[in-house]
Amino acid sequence: MRKNLDIISAYSIMLGLIILVGFLQSWSMALSILCLCLISAVMTMGANIQWGYAGLINFGIMGYTALGGLAAVLVSVPPVREAWQVGGFNMILCAFLIAFMVFSIRFIMKNYNQSKKRSYGIAAIIIVGLILLRLISAPAIESIESVSPATTGFLGGMGLPILFSWIVGAFFAGALAYIIGKIALGLRADYLAIATLLISEIVIAVIKHEDWLARGVKNVIGLKRPVPYEVDLQSKEWFINLVEKFNQGTLNLITNTLERQEALKQLVIESSTVFVKLCFAGLFTVVVIILLIVTQKALYSPWGRMMRAIRDNEEAANAMGKNVVKQHLLIFVLGSAIVGIAGAMMVTYDGLFTPGSYRPMRYTFLIWVMVIVGGSGNNFGAILGGFAVWFLWVEAAPIALFLINFFTSSLEETNAFRVHLVNSIPYFRFLMMGIGLLLIMRYRPKGILPEKIKHI
Amino acid sequence: MDSLNAIVLLLNYLFVPALSYGSQLALGAIFVSLIYGILRFAYFTAGDLMSFGTMFTILFTWYFQYLGISLGFLPTALLAMPFGIIITILYVLVKDKLVFSYYRTQKSPPVMLAMVSIGTMFVTQAIVRIVIGPFDRRFFDGEKFILKANEFKEMTGLNEGLTIKSTQVITLLVTIIVVSILFWFLNKTKTGKSMRAYSDNEDLALLSGIDPKKVVMITWVIAAILATIGGALYGLDKSFKPFTYFNNMLPIFAAAIVGGIGNPFGAFLGGYVIAFSEILLTYAYKKFFVYLLPASLEPDGLLQLLSTDYKFAVSFSILVIVLLFRPSGIFKGKVL
Repeated sequence: MRKNLDIISAYSIMLGLIILVGFLQSWSMALSILCLCLISAVMTMGANIQWGYAGLINFGIMGYTALGGLAAVLVSVPPVREAWQVGGFNMILCAFLIAFMVFSIRFIMKNYNQSKKRSYGIAAIIIVGLILLRLISAPAIESIESVSPATTGFLGGMGLPILFSWIVGAFFAGALAYIIGKIALGLRADYLAIATLLISEIVIAVIKHEDWLARGVKNVIGLKRPVPYEVDLQSKEWFINLVEKFNQGTLNLITNTLERQEALKQLVIESSTVFVKLCFAGLFTVVVIILLIVTQKALYSPWGRMMRAIRDNEEAANAMGKNVVKQHLLIFVLGSAIVGIAGAMMVTYDGLFTPGSYRPMRYTFLIWVMVIVGGSGNNFGAILGGFAVWFLWVEAAPIALFLINFFTSSLEETNAFRVHLVNSIPYFRFLMMGIGLLLIMRYRPKGILPEKIKHI
Repeated sequence: MDSLNAIVLLLNYLFVPALSYGSQLALGAIFVSLIYGILRFAYFTAGDLMSFGTMFTILFTWYFQYLGISLGFLPTALLAMPFGIIITILYVLVKDKLVFSYYRTQKSPPVMLAMVSIGTMFVTQAIVRIVIGPFDRRFFDGEKFILKANEFKEMTGLNEGLTIKSTQVITLLVTIIVVSILFWFLNKTKTGKSMRAYSDNEDLALLSGIDPKKVVMITWVIAAILATIGGALYGLDKSFKPFTYFNNMLPIFAAAIVGGIGNPFGAFLGGYVIAFSEILLTYAYKKFFVYLLPASLEPDGLLQLLSTDYKFAVSFSILVIVLLFRPSGIFKGKVL
């Protein structure tokens, strides 16, 4: 108990802050902060596995998040039959062609020694394959995108419950990480950072501009939800009764029946949004707890000790007979898969998929700030970092407004300087994040909750 | 005649834009490469430092316009640039004193410094957005074209016009001047040589009495100068928007790595490699072949290898390929 005091106190402060938002602003706001905090926590856990356990820098978090979101679309949206009829065959043919190309290249790589001939052969396969792909897919893409472009214009998904996408998203992100890992993991730390950052940009470019896949920048809206809709709740008898029971006190004060009815209606509408967010928060908490248990177990297992050994001294670990390359690849895939889950969760929560909104500031660098601030190598720290940084990110605007009003209170309301500052409030969050990161890196480089290593 | 038309077409839509875009990237890539070589970390603030310098250039341009000072047919921004450079130099030096110097004395690993530069990236981005706002701004004044398409057509009697914007010529001239001064400085002067020595072998350089503080300071000054000039030229040619500048960090990194990181001359060439490949691969060649081929062979499609949406993706793919097969870059890194 004693040794976990810092963890417990840090988490209670965090929870207290969120509850404070509930009292000061609104419960709906507090719950949406909580939900996004939980999602951020999943992302930071993924990044923490890679950075904290193994010392791998992955600046491609944005790409895996987007792939998780793509999974949510591909799993939950009902298939567009018309689009499949006009272009499905060609697209499947393309998929087979890609698989064929990959296998033939692997076959050549395996069975022939390195030579000029082999390189030319592989280049020829790639070039011919790309031309064939282009010839086969171009007409199909055109006809798919012309199927009622205002509403669909894409192949659609599988029409399954959206919760499956959390697993599918993990697989998507893991698969991408496998490819990237094969290519880039041999690079030095900062090269790896840049390479992953650029590859994630390529992923976003593909998702944005391949309209047949998920409508690109036209966005997919109205995704199915794993929790009830507000409108349905508002007409359910049990829910109205529940709200009545909860607010007995305030309702009893109102004597007029008509007014009482009106007040109850208002309360039901308000509580329905809160209820929905509570359901989401519950689901996300389950995910966070499962992941936390698994990652904690892994961290203190022989495997976790081996990962730390590899992180701290790669050559020594190699000399002890540990396969560094293989373990790096494994942990790269696992961490990215967790980020993929978070991506799918985020799209599930928003109910829409907007590829245009994926930007490296928000989805890569902010997550890194969370990991560093929270404490790399410590799962509790990473989760706390996700909570604290997201909380600040959302609450930065009100705090900045308060500070600006405080410091410029001697100036008039219409003073040009004051108006300019008030208008640029949204950007103070960048300033806070930057200064916060710099301060933490300077004075507490291991984060708020530093890594603890149990010695046996 | 047709073949001449085809060549002019390529010159107009491919060569001239790629040359000016490449110069802007090259200036950025050189300073990223220098910082990597001498301070030994990946400087993620690169794009935002460019926007910081450009912002002050714009502010001074507005001030001069308000005072009624102009350079005639040249843009006022050229006059404002030195003032922007001075403020950017002060900014990077203060930043180095407050932030980076601590980690240098601690001998922190490069990864740590790269993380710190992400912190300064957030701060710089915030400053730019708070001072000037996130909007698109044009600050070009003076004569817009040196050669207009119509004039060219009349002059030569060709079907295709060749447009040369004055910003493109300014970009090219300024780049040539700045880069030649820089390479003269690095190769011929004593300070430049000491910088190269420091980059090659830090311990040996320290032993032979090179002052590390001076080397670091000059590196930052060069970085600030190149960032402001590169950023202001980009802003003159296109427009100034903080978000675009942040995004430009990515092709700049690509150029620096393709050219061999730590090698300024390689980075300089890398800028052009990236710019030309971006534009070559996303240009629609239909019209070009219409001129060259007989009517019966005329192509139906646009003959575009990749849609322009993938412009960025091209440079990143090149980077990935280079990293795979020649991790030290095309021109071999770490020689300065």
